This record gives sequence, C-alpha cells and structure tokens, in this order.
Amino acid sequence: MALTGMDIYKMLPKKNCKECGFPTCLAFAMKLAQGGIEAEKCPYMSEEVKQKLSDATAPLMKTVKFGYGEKTYTLGGETVLFRHEKTFVNRNRFAVMFSDVMSEEDINGRIERMNKVSYVRINERMYVEIAAVKCESDNKEKYLGLLKKVKDECKDAVPMIINENAEIAKAAVEEVKDLGPILYGANDQNYEEMVNIAKQYNILLGVEANNLEELYKLVEKIHALGYKELILGTKAVSAKKAFEDVVNIRRTALITQDRVFGYPAAVFVNRLSKDKFLQLSYATVFVEKYASIIVLDDIDYSIALPLFALRQNIYTDPQRPMRVEQGIYRIGQAEENSPVLVTVDFALTYFIVSGEVERSKVPSWVLVPDAGGYSVLTAWAAGKLSGKSIAKAVKDFGVEEKVKTREIIIPGKVAVLKSDIEDALPGWKVVVGSEEAALLPKFLRDYISKRA
Amino acid sequence: MAYKNPQQKFQGKIKEVVLGEGLKLGGESVLPFYSFDGDIGNTPKVGMEVWDIPPVDWPEGLMNIIKDVADDPAKWAKFYTEKYNPDFITLRFIGANPDTLNRSPEECAEIAKKVAKNVDVPLVIAGCDSNEKNARIFTKVAEALPNKNYAFLSAVEGNYKEVGAAVGLAYGNLVVAESSVDLNLAKQLNILLTQLGVKPERMLMNPGVSSVGYGFEYVITTLDRIKLAALEQNDTILQVPIIMPVSFETWKVKESVASKEDAPEWGDREERGIAMEVSTAVGVLTAGANAVILRHPRSLDVVRGFINEMVN
Ligand code: B12
Ligand code: SF4
Repeated sequence: MALTGMDIYKMLPKKNCKECGFPTCLAFAMKLAQGGIEAEKCPYMSEEVKQKLSDATAPLMKTVKFGYGEKTYTLGGETVLFRHEKTFVNRNRFAVMFSDVMSEEDINGRIERMNKVSYVRINERMYVEIAAVKCESDNKEKYLGLLKKVKDECKDAVPMIINENAEIAKAAVEEVKDLGPILYGANDQNYEEMVNIAKQYNILLGVEANNLEELYKLVEKIHALGYKELILGTKAVSAKKAFEDVVNIRRTALITQDRVFGYPAAVFVNRLSKDKFLQLSYATVFVEKYASIIVLDDIDYSIALPLFALRQNIYTDPQRPMRVEQGIYRIGQAEENSPVLVTVDFALTYFIVSGEVERSKVPSWVLVPDAGGYSVLTAWAAGKLSGKSIAKAVKDFGVEEKVKTREIIIPGKVAVLKSDIEDALPGWKVVVGSEEAALLPKFLRDYISKRA
Repeated sequence: MAYKNPQQKFQGKIKEVVLGEGLKLGGESVLPFYSFDGDIGNTPKVGMEVWDIPPVDWPEGLMNIIKDVADDPAKWAKFYTEKYNPDFITLRFIGANPDTLNRSPEECAEIAKKVAKNVDVPLVIAGCDSNEKNARIFTKVAEALPNKNYAFLSAVEGNYKEVGAAVGLAYGNLVVAESSVDLNLAKQLNILLTQLGVKPERMLMNPGVSSVGYGFEYVITTLDRIKLAALEQNDTILQVPIIMPVSFETWKVKESVASKEDAPEWGDREERGIAMEVSTAVGVLTAGANAVILRHPRSLDVVRGFINEMVN
C-alpha cells in the first residue's frame, strides 16, 4: 500500500538536522512520498525503515526479464489500466505449447508451423518468442529429450519450462540455462525448492495456484524467501474465470496498490478451449487486458496475423504518433523513368505501402508529403493531404529533377483529389491507384506494361 | 493479510435499447464482461451481413454456402436466420452505389420490405458509400417499414438532420450515430440528434471501427474512454449502446484478401479472413461494443461461443 508523507514522517528519526538537504524531517518525508528522491539521503534511518521505504516507493508492478542476449524480453512494469492514461510499455509475448506426452508427429508439426511464422510487419519482425515445454510424463529423460529437441529446432524461441517436479526442473534449467529460460510451476508444495533453483540461475519464476486467494498466500511466502522475479498464473479452466483472475491481478497491483500481485500474469488460453479460433478469441482478450505471456496450443499464419497486428497496435505509444520522415523514397533500383507514387507520413501506412511496392518488384519512387502523420483518409478529412501539400512536396524534394515522368499515382481512397492536384501541379497528370495497398503489385505491373 | 478482490463500482449505466420487437442491447453498469464487478446487462448481440446484390469477391467457401440465395436478399436473409440463427440481419445496399447498380431509394425500400417480411429477427439497414444518398435511402426504407425499431447505419455529421428526422422522428426506427474514432465527436453527434428530438432510448452509436492492425488502437482507446465516461463520470450523453460493423472493415485488408499466389506462405485465405473478423470482433466486444456485424457463418459461431463462455 502506498505510504503518505505522514506515514513516512512517523518512521523518520525526527532530528531535523538538515543533512538530507531539506529544512525538516517532515519536508523530506513529503518529498519521499511523491517519489522524487531516494530514502538513502537521510543517513540516520534504520535499515528496517530504509527497506520499508524502498519497498513502498518501488513501482507498483515489477518489470521482470527472461531470455538472453538480443532475445532478452521485459514483461510487466505497467502503470495504467487503460492505454489513454499513459501507455502500455512491455508488450505481451506469445508461446506455443509442447508436452512430453505428445506424439512425435504432433511435436514435429508444431515446431514446423511455429518456425514458419516469421515475417515483418511495419518494420518489426514477428515470430513466436516462447516455446512452452511441459512435463507430463514425470520422466526426466523423456522430458529433457523434448526440451533439447525444442531448444535445437526452435531457434527463435526462449524455453518456458513447465514443471512442478523440482528435481526434473533443476536438470531442465541446467540444460537450457544459457537461454535465460522461464521456470513455470512453483506451487504450494514445491515453492521452496523452486525458488532455490530460480535464485541459483537468476531466472523468471512462474507461480501458480488454484485461485487468487491461494496465489496471494503463496506469493507472500515466496516474498518471505526474498525472491521477486515472478510471473503469476491461476489454474482457471473457464474463460470467464481466467479473465476475472487476470484483471484482478492487474487491479490489485495498480488500484489496491498491493505489491503482492505487482507482477505480470501468464495465461494458458490452450486450457480454455481446444478450438483454434476460440483460442484466438481469448488471446485477443488477453492482449488487450492484461496478460504478459499468452500460451497457445499451436500457431499458423491465420492466428498469427491478427494477433501480432493487434499487439503491435495496443502497445504503440498513444502520445506519440508514429511518423516517418517526409521525402522522396527510392525503392529498388528506381531511375528517372520509374513510377512515382504518393502516400502519407503515417508510419503504418508508409510501411504497408513501401512493403507492397517492394513486393511488386517494380522499382519506384514513393513521395511522402507532410500529411500530419495521419492515415490517408484521416489526413484528407483533416485537410492535411491536398493538392497543395502534394505539390509542395514535389517541389521541396526536387522530384522534377529526379525523374522525367510527369505522372503521379495517388491512393484510390482519395481519388477525389485528382483535379485538385493537377491544378496545383501544372504539367503533371494524376493516376488513381488501387484503394488497398494489397492490390498495388498488380496495379504497378499493369501500369508498367501499359506504359511500355 | 487475506486477499480481497478489488472492484470498480460505477454510478453510471448504459441505456437499454430495444432493437426490433425484443432484442435488448446495453443495460450494463460495469466494463465489458466484468460480471465479477456487477451487472453486465444484456449479452452482446451478433448479426450477419446480407447484400442487396450478389457479392463477387467473397471467399470461395462462403460463396458456396450462399450460391443459391445470393441473388435474392429476402431468400438469403431467411436462409441465414434458419440455418445460423443470428440475433439480427444487416441488409446492406451495396447496389445503391453509383458504380454498381445505382439503385434508387424506392427500389431499396421494396427490397427491405421483402426482407423484413421473410425473417422474424430485427433488421439493421446499412447504406452505400454516399452519405447524401444514404439519407434518401434511409428515408424511404424507414417510411416503408415504420415503427419497426429497426436500426439504420448510420447518421453522420453531414446527414444527421435528414436521417434523424426521417428514421428517428417520423417513422419510429432507431438511429445509429456514426463518428470518427473520437469521444468528443461521438458526444457531439449524440447531442445534435437529441436536440433534433431523437430520444436517447432510440439511438445506438458507432464511434468508428477498423480492422486489427489498422489504427485499431484508436478504436480501442475511444471505446475505453466512452465507456469510462458513461460509467465512471455518469455522462448520460454517452450511455448509448454501441454497434460496430466489423465485417465492413476486416474483409478489405490484406490479411483477408491476399490470394494464395500473393502470399503463398500465409495459407488458406478464408481462414485468414475469419481470423481477422473474429479477432476484431472480440477486440471491440472486450472494449465495449454491445453488438457486432459479421460476414462469415464460422465467425458468427465462434464469436457466439466466445460470448457464451465469457458470460455464463
Ligand atoms: C485511426 C483513425 C484516426 C486516428 C488517426 C490515426 C492516424 N495516425 O492516422 C485519429 C483518432 C487521430 C483520427 C482522427 C480523425 N479522423 Co480518423 N480514422 C481512423 C481509422 C479508424 C483508421 C485509419 C487507419 O489507421 N487506417 C489504416 C491505414 C494503413 O490506412 P490508409 O492510410 O488509408 O492506407 C491504406 C490505403 O489507403 C492504401 N494506400 C496508402 N497509400 C497509398 C498510396 C497509393 C499510391 C496506393 C495505390 C494505395 C495507398 O494502403 C493502405 C492499406 O491498404 C479510420 C476508419 C477506418 N476504418 O479506416 C478513421 C477515418 C479515416 N477518420 C476519419 C475522420 C473524419 C477523422 C477526423 C477528421 C475526425 C474529425 N472530424 O476530427 C480526424 C482528423 C484528425 C484531426 N483533425 O486531428 C474518417 C474519414 C472519413 C472520410 N471518408 O473522409 C474515417 C474513415 C472514419 C469514418 N468512417 O468516419 N482518425
Ligand atoms: S537527514 Fe534525516 S534526520 Fe536529518 S532532517 Fe533529514 S530526514 Fe530528518
């Protein structure tokens, strides 16, 4: 629970010696409560009080890590329940589930599909970050065999060891320790041993209980052992209950300000349904509200495309519109006779359009005027994308010197701008392109062959 | 210390609006699916999209399903209601676009009447790309189907006077106020319609939707802000149930349209389209939509199943 200035004042030595740089202990206490200063500034505080204060002024939700090297990921650290209040900072990560009682065929299929999902969307590579490997056989050799296989064959993924048997867990962590694995499976029976393993290897520990009441007690016990690199989960098997649990973990941290639940949460949507589209539905819910690891049974492009796109959206910073620099971009070996297209400076739009132009294999120029950082229709409706702004960009970026062609291709959604642009750009002809960028490759190929 | 669930109790409540004869929307006093906080009101509703002309670019599997009925919207709607049991049917006048059949408002009204006669679920009437023409279409359709409590998608800033006066005032149907992903714009349009005389109980709103991946964060944030204003701040103007034509957006984007040749590694096009539609629908339902419009029967099935699991 957050401490007030008065709460803190009561704990201070009350010497008013000014060594902290404040005129009185009370003034110092007030400042501490606002979180603008460190408790260490007072040399006369007891160790116990210092610990209490640093706990009380720590972030409400801890930021934890897993992975290794370039594949180090941070989870948690969120400060708000709704993204308009500030921003969501650490995107969730997706996992695919493997178990040591699955058939060889099933495992190979999942590995293959998981590895196949790898693509770039708006400048970001999308792939499954975690391989969840579950021990169900209770057979160490069998489990380690699977873990090794997954480690060798899923090069992109960090393993999440799902295991409640401390002895097997320890051997498993040892096997993949270089990858910064997650150890998931601390429960009421095994938590002491599990904490010891996690401490020894300094890894993220997944803590699971039947319900929030039990989870709360369990985390308190783990706190007492001094470990705080945690991710929380419950054994809920209904979507309704799982949603309630995840929402309440987050609200306990941020509203109640109780740090016992000040950790990210993991959800196994594969426990909630076996249907792939229902798993997609639940995963969608938990990207929005409020899971940090989402475990699916399996993945393919149909599931990945919406989920990764959604995550990319939800975790953009609402206070910072993603803009690209205005200018004339050369795609492929564009030369003076290559087509010229115009789009907007909204990063999402620019990367979609430039991606499609690349895919078309038709070397082209893409002109990006000042469009206020908005999408095509938004910019047009706001008066930011007009004959005037496009003509200005043509002049400012020396397009007439770079190319011989005097034709410019505009987005189909703003076909109405045609005459406006032609008036503002004497000597130029406007060609109306496709409405969706997905149709650009075909459009460009037709355009080139018509011109030839 | 023992654990206690935190709760967010609000003073505000979303109005309950009746579509057709008894399909209730809204009525909740908590955030979507927060049954652990209080009354979630009526379960979100799911409708299916029917066109006045046979579609050409819908995925093959779906074209096969509707091949015998696609040229007759009344048959098509009946077929859907009997086979899939949607909560409502959305009749969309693509044929009124100047670049298709440029259908007249009178023709649209005839079609709407036939569809209404053939089904026992409520209709949601959607127009074409021109707001000006929609005002005329909606006027005629509402006149042909008076006092039905059908919803008309939509009244926008440019045509709300005509749409509001005809649909809401003269002919006793529901007006859907559509704005562009902004709380203040949504509020302003609701105020304008109320000032015109449309009762808040006879209004729905669509504050703007897009597909996941395409500016969707603005959609979610707008929904979050609207629901919080309505519930937490008790802003009565925004206590209007929300309906979103999800399918109008999701089937246009690359993930749903790219053919096998375009994106060989992406797999079956129909599955991708369904997934985009499902994820977008669930995404807006989780942030506050009270009804969604879908295109694929499989999506309807999934989204229905999802809603059931979340409320029961
Ligand atoms: C997110 C959003 C916003 C965000 C802005 C985000 C941003 N940075 O642009 C916010 C909330 C700020 C916003 C504001 C407004 N918005 Co807005 N917004 C949207 C929304 C929901 C999604 C837009 C989006 O991101 N699309 C995705 C991008 C990738 O699409 P795109 O840029 O068009 O690019 C595609 C194609 O055009 C094509 N393409 C792009 N370039 C090129 C180039 C060539 C050569 C070719 C061939 C193709 C091509 O490829 C892309 C993929 O296919 C849409 C509704 C919708 N479903 O689309 C409304 C929408 C665009 N907004 C609209 C409006 C009216 C506004 C406002 C003017 C509202 C107001 N009165 O204030 C304001 C304007 C801003 C201001 N004054 O401050 C209207 C436009 C109506 C119209 N038809 O003119 C829309 C359609 C909503 C609606 N139905 O009313 N908006
Ligand atoms: S240093 Fe400590 S004791 Fe001295 S005034 Fe500051 S808070 Fe009080």
